[in-house]
Amino acid sequence: MSALTAAEIEAQIPRLRRFARALTGSRDAADDLVQDALERAWAKRHLWQAGTNLRAWLFAVMHGVFVNGTRRRRPAESLDAQDGADRERVDGGASAETAIAVRELREALQRLPDEQRQVVLLVGLEQFSYAEAAGVLEVPIGTVMSRLSRGRERLRQLLEEGAPDRHGLRRVK
Amino acid sequence: MTGGKMNEAQLHAYADGVLGEGERAEVEAHLAAHADDAARVGAYRAQNDALHRAFDAVLDEPHSLRVGAARTPVPGRWRWGAALAATFVGGAVLGALLHAAVGERASGAVAPIARQAALAHAAYVPEVRHPVEVAASDEQHLVAWLSKRLGTALRAPSLAPAGYRLLGGRLLPPAGEEGAAPVALFMYEDAQGRRLSLLVRREPSGSATAFRFARQGATNVFYWIDGPLGYALAGEIGRDELSAVAQVVYRQLNS
Repeated sequence: MSALTAAEIEAQIPRLRRFARALTGSRDAADDLVQDALERAWAKRHLWQAGTNLRAWLFAVMHGVFVNGTRRRRPAESLDAQDGADRERVDGGASAETAIAVRELREALQRLPDEQRQVVLLVGLEQFSYAEAAGVLEVPIGTVMSRLSRGRERLRQLLEEGAPDRHGLRRVK
Repeated sequence: MTGGKMNEAQLHAYADGVLGEGERAEVEAHLAAHADDAARVGAYRAQNDALHRAFDAVLDEPHSLRVGAARTPVPGRWRWGAALAATFVGGAVLGALLHAAVGERASGAVAPIARQAALAHAAYVPEVRHPVEVAASDEQHLVAWLSKRLGTALRAPSLAPAGYRLLGGRLLPPAGEEGAAPVALFMYEDAQGRRLSLLVRREPSGSATAFRFARQGATNVFYWIDGPLGYALAGEIGRDELSAVAQVVYRQLNS
């Protein structure tokens, strides 16, 4: 019995949503992306090979949807970065400092090129191996490594630039 | 190789905790002698931790996503809006008319008014403390002030029928030609804290158009021209839901 069931796919929804949220920076855009990916995965479920990593396959399907979506939306994309996501609570007991750090991270992430953000998130947040990330993105592993390297370094710079905020200096927006 | 140049991939693998025993010791020896690389690896580990702090809460959020339940197909897209419209006297007819008249701009260039509305929405909606210049508690003053600046009588429609309350409003600079009147922006919020903004500006062409839809980034916009004024309602809510609210705005302004 190797047919993929809806329940098996649904078990991965939280992970897909977490990644999509970090990728798009917006709850609505993320859930749209995940819903589109679920529909596509369901329609193409016969393509999944039993015994292979279902989560990686679903992420690959979602990556395809994301790439098509951004290509379509490209002319108007600049707004994606700063929509409602930043208003979200971090978690109940988080200190103001944590909340600021989280907001800065979200903002910095959105300033990374899509390709770098994807790799930084697949590896750093979703804990895919480099080989799995290469499979999800359908690029060679060397490409994953160079995007990871550039993405993390860029993120480090962005966060360091943002850091004076926390010490009371005013940042000009 | 403790003194040599460490392979970049190995540093990342170390930061990600995926190296075997032997390689790990090798990297550690290298880091002990290279403070700059050690700082980088520390920063990458901190990034991973910060990503989890920022996004792990999503794992536990309730959601309504399902597999195998395809979303409402296109012909039925307006059911939600039509249902809401039908709760108003005469609304069903209006809803049907607007429904038939809605134009689609999602794929082409975004109209200037829609773009301006989406930009203003993105700029002001995330504001927690200063989303508006004048709060709804001062509604009379707000409307009088904006009317004066736009040079025409404005109203802040009540979106209570759609579950949104007025937060307040602000004045925006004109987007286009010099000498044009400034632009008014009203902001609304529902019980879940979701916000919509309604941009109102003078339209010299002064005609009337159907509802049109545009999408810019994650922001959906319905816009239309009615006599001397152009309107654009922007929000991150779904298109059908936004359409229903736009119809409430339209009815409020024409009652």
